[in-house]
Amino acid sequence: MIDTWIAATIVAAIAGVVGFFVVLRGAAFPAHALPNSAFAGAAAANLLGVGSLLGLGAAAAAAAVLIATLGRRGRTEVATALALVLGLALGSLLLSRSSQYEPQLYSLLFGEILGVSSTQLAPVALLALSCVAAIAVLYRPLLYSSALAEVAQARGVAVGRMQLAFLLVLAGATALTVPVVGALLVFSLMIGPPAGARSLTASPGGAVALSVLIALIAVWAAIALSYLTDWPVGFFVGTLSALAYALGRGWAACRRARATAARSPADPVSAVAPGPRR
Amino acid sequence: MHWLFEPGFFASRQVQTALAIGGVVAVVSAVVGVFAVMRGQSFAGHALTDVSTAGGPAALLLGISPLLGFVGLGLLGGGAIEVIGAQRVRGRDLATGIVLGAATGLAALLLYLVATGSTATGATQTILFGSIFAVEPSTVGLVSGFGLIAVAIVALLYRPLLLASTSSELAAAKGVPTRLVGLAFMAALALAVGLAALAIGAVLSTALLIGPAAAALRLTRRPGRALAVAALIGVGATWLGVLLAYDSYWWGSSHNGFPVSFFVVALSFLAYLASGARRPVASAGRRGAL
Repeated sequence: MIDTWIAATIVAAIAGVVGFFVVLRGAAFPAHALPNSAFAGAAAANLLGVGSLLGLGAAAAAAAVLIATLGRRGRTEVATALALVLGLALGSLLLSRSSQYEPQLYSLLFGEILGVSSTQLAPVALLALSCVAAIAVLYRPLLYSSALAEVAQARGVAVGRMQLAFLLVLAGATALTVPVVGALLVFSLMIGPPAGARSLTASPGGAVALSVLIALIAVWAAIALSYLTDWPVGFFVGTLSALAYALGRGWAACRRARATAARSPADPVSAVAPGPRR
Repeated sequence: MHWLFEPGFFASRQVQTALAIGGVVAVVSAVVGVFAVMRGQSFAGHALTDVSTAGGPAALLLGISPLLGFVGLGLLGGGAIEVIGAQRVRGRDLATGIVLGAATGLAALLLYLVATGSTATGATQTILFGSIFAVEPSTVGLVSGFGLIAVAIVALLYRPLLLASTSSELAAAKGVPTRLVGLAFMAALALAVGLAALAIGAVLSTALLIGPAAAALRLTRRPGRALAVAALIGVGATWLGVLLAYDSYWWGSSHNGFPVSFFVVALSFLAYLASGARRPVASAGRRGAL
């Protein structure tokens, strides 16, 4: 059981870190598309009898390259939408060839507590470390190209290459989070907690840390609740992520309301009827 | 022609129902999809398909037709997406994603309850990926009815919708109630998505919504023509998908057959890729090109 908690911690940490950039770059759609393509990879791996992590990673990486290339030519969201459904359709086709269709389908799409076995823990940890390392190395240019694309381009940051690099890191994060949280729910872990974190603090470093913390709470709670009720992990992850987002938005609204109240003038008369001009 | 149409294709009642439902769904999806793509609402359209997913098992648990579940929850989800959305595009994408996630989580729970509560197997597969050959012939009427409403909304709002989709500032300046038009369009989108969920599955209906429409918009700039071309591509992909799925039962020795939804998605994707091959190089640098 301890392996489950370690896996959950890794999953939450990666989702929190990578998710921060997903929210910053407005990349919610690719973050939703990559896991679905990864699902096809897992199904293929299952059919071929190879490790699912390999299938997940390869398919997610391929989808990342596809989205980056097709997106460069024109409207990204159409390419992303089609890559997404193609991944799902392929995955369902491949799984239907195996005998374990229904349970496999369900756990791949909606998550499973025991999604990461103890033998997979080492490669998963390694992949997680590589993702974090990549983010650490690319931190500045990634931040630049996410927040101010034109400024970044003027400063010589290769925006197109940054997009590809980011999508590949996202692919890696996807591969290791899907087994536990499920292909259809992974991305809500990558946008809910980070969005909540960004509402609470403006500093990027602080937001990343807070995003990881919120994601950890969400994943731990989800696994515990799933263990107690037997309900799918994905359900709790989706709900808790939405809660994190809602709380963040509520907090931001409260703060705005208090700021406008503080700004109103102490003397109402002078505000309404200013003195005569001299 | 025996090699193309396996025995019993035209005589089969299930095939006839599938062709009818598929045809209606394809046309409705294409018509609504063209505007969805023009309005840059591919993500919202996809989010709606995932939201309506929960409607399937919900309907099964309540004992009503899955179609009503898909459409009902789609309408609710569309309303939520319209209401929650912030002004900035990014804020809207984020809110849409959150609604999508929560609804998918709910779908997971409901599917689990269906699986453990009833003896019926294969609910997950049917809801998510469709089984058009298993649809009751009596459903054709309801599907056509909903389809007609969706197309009517688009037809009635054609001019203001076109204006609001291409230039919202101009539309507002001309006195078009863009918020109301957006809401009405979201309703049509929810209907289209709900119908497609019945035909090719809740999570795959995006393909029929976006694929043919995006392909058509790459082939022609005229909206009227794009609608016609999209409908043609959509119906073609769907009917060919039904045919190939039927034929696939005779392929190989396992007699397992490939699902219709897979073929429809693959064909829609191919149509999109093929439409790109024809595009002149000059427009490649233009922002917002398809």
